[in-house]
Amino acid sequence: MALLHRLRRHLVVLAGLLTLGFLLLPNLVVTVFSFNDPKGRFNYTWQGFSADAWRDPCGVSGLCGSLAVSLQIALWATLGATVLGTMTAFALARYRFRARGAVNSLVFLPMAMPEAVMAASLLTLFLNLGAELGFWTILIAHVMFCLSFVVVAVKARVMSMDPRLEEAARDLYAGPAQTFLRVTLPIAAPGIGAGALLAFALSFDDFVITNFTAGSTVTFPMFVWGSAQRGTPVQINVVGTAMFALAVLVVLAGTAGANRRRKLRG
Amino acid sequence: MTMLTKAPPPPARFLDEDPDERPGAGPYPGVERLPARAGGRFTPYWLLLPGILWLLVFFLLPMVYQASTSVQTGSLEDGYRVTWHFATYWDALSTYWPQFLRSVLYAGSATVLCLLLGYPLAYLIAFRAGRWRGLVLVLVVAPFFTSFLIRTLAWKTILADGGPVVGALNALHVLDVTGWLGLTAGERVLATPLAVVCGLTYNFLPFMVLPLYTSLERIDGRLHEAAGDLYATPFTTFRRITLPLSMPGVVSGTLLTFIPAVGDYVNADLLGSTDTRMIGNVIQTQFLRVLDYPTAAALSFLLMAAILLVVTLYIRRAGTEDLV
Repeated sequence: MALLHRLRRHLVVLAGLLTLGFLLLPNLVVTVFSFNDPKGRFNYTWQGFSADAWRDPCGVSGLCGSLAVSLQIALWATLGATVLGTMTAFALARYRFRARGAVNSLVFLPMAMPEAVMAASLLTLFLNLGAELGFWTILIAHVMFCLSFVVVAVKARVMSMDPRLEEAARDLYAGPAQTFLRVTLPIAAPGIGAGALLAFALSFDDFVITNFTAGSTVTFPMFVWGSAQRGTPVQINVVGTAMFALAVLVVLAGTAGANRRRKLRG
Repeated sequence: MTMLTKAPPPPARFLDEDPDERPGAGPYPGVERLPARAGGRFTPYWLLLPGILWLLVFFLLPMVYQASTSVQTGSLEDGYRVTWHFATYWDALSTYWPQFLRSVLYAGSATVLCLLLGYPLAYLIAFRAGRWRGLVLVLVVAPFFTSFLIRTLAWKTILADGGPVVGALNALHVLDVTGWLGLTAGERVLATPLAVVCGLTYNFLPFMVLPLYTSLERIDGRLHEAAGDLYATPFTTFRRITLPLSMPGVVSGTLLTFIPAVGDYVNADLLGSTDTRMIGNVIQTQFLRVLDYPTAAALSFLLMAAILLVVTLYIRRAGTEDLV
């Protein structure tokens, strides 16, 4: 009876952990299969242990090239979306103006539209304008759909800012530019950083919009998509595993650093 | 101070002048919010200009082009002309209504599953995780850093024919039930609707968990204690307190899951078969393979219109301030 009671109390924890397992299971499979030694073209069934793919991650033609293209696009898209998004967020968080509702809706809609719809209409525009599909059309599309997410992140941070800090700066005779650079921007920085990180992740991993606007340019997700039809090299799993590990390490190091700073400050 | 005299006149007023309009009424009540940079009355417009222009040209204008393409006729060789050929819509709907219906059914099932699976996890993070909260949150987001295509392909391994998962489902006679419902065929899960719904659920689950967590986390823990003091059973507390207070999270999680899922074509392509094609698959092949632009534009426009309807209803209820 006591056991049953305890089980009931912890039922929600158990269910939550099962869901977490469901979320992480594919990553486990990706990691394990990065050590597979597949017979045949596809890497879907376990054959035997091999670390060959880890020794030669660029061993498949086109893979590392596509990674470089993705990285380049993601960096430029992050820069563009962060600058435009931060400006928009400041306007929305700080000022009241005509057409505020319309601007809110315009920023929200790209997040609420299925990617296939946005991608298809963007392709229609590019075709109508006779634009050559490739690096630049991908970049334009990525800045477009990353922008809204940056606005959300930055706006939240700016809205929760203590206005007294800026008043204090002005009381101490800081000019508008000085107040902005020395007070406002540093406080907004975590929001801008979060937005930029999100934009990078979204752009780097985007497949649907890229697929429509890429022409013959191949990004990493497009390389994976192509290989799903022709045969999946183990190196794909190596890249996936490495990226996952890197992300977790960066986050853990970041939290550890923040904790240490907090301790140092007492 | 010159700054005060320079305060911009309407229409560029500062938020605090009208407390009712103040979005997310700041955490520092009573403190007068002065402009950070006392610019001219056009400052907000200059700040908005580049971002909004980008969205107008590369988001809204394409939608207009799309609408015009959908009523054009012609061929790839001779070019297209606007002929107000609305029959394209009728043809597209009568040909592809099964795919439309399927998309709504699959995305709807995936959304319900996401809610059922995601709520306990969000609850766990918000109330039970204690010092592990940060770690669990990281684990929810971390999979995003492995390309979602690679992770979706991993489901091919997990759900492989004769694999442990399919074997277990078979032994428990689950596949008999799902087979009777038309979700699976024989002793397979791959290339069936069940696999596609599973993939959709998996891929969009974090979009359900995160808004749910945000709204649960805001709930004052003392409300739970108060309910307990008043002899409410844990279930009553959940039904009368936790669930109603988490409704904003449920609504935005549902939108964030259902909308991308209904237009998705990756899961149906990688995990499904030709019998599980969704409307996204049709749009994709029409645009990139068949090159029948009017039909593809009409389908895409129909999907967009349906979603705009849902979003408009949502905005009517919640307003635009909490959107972004």
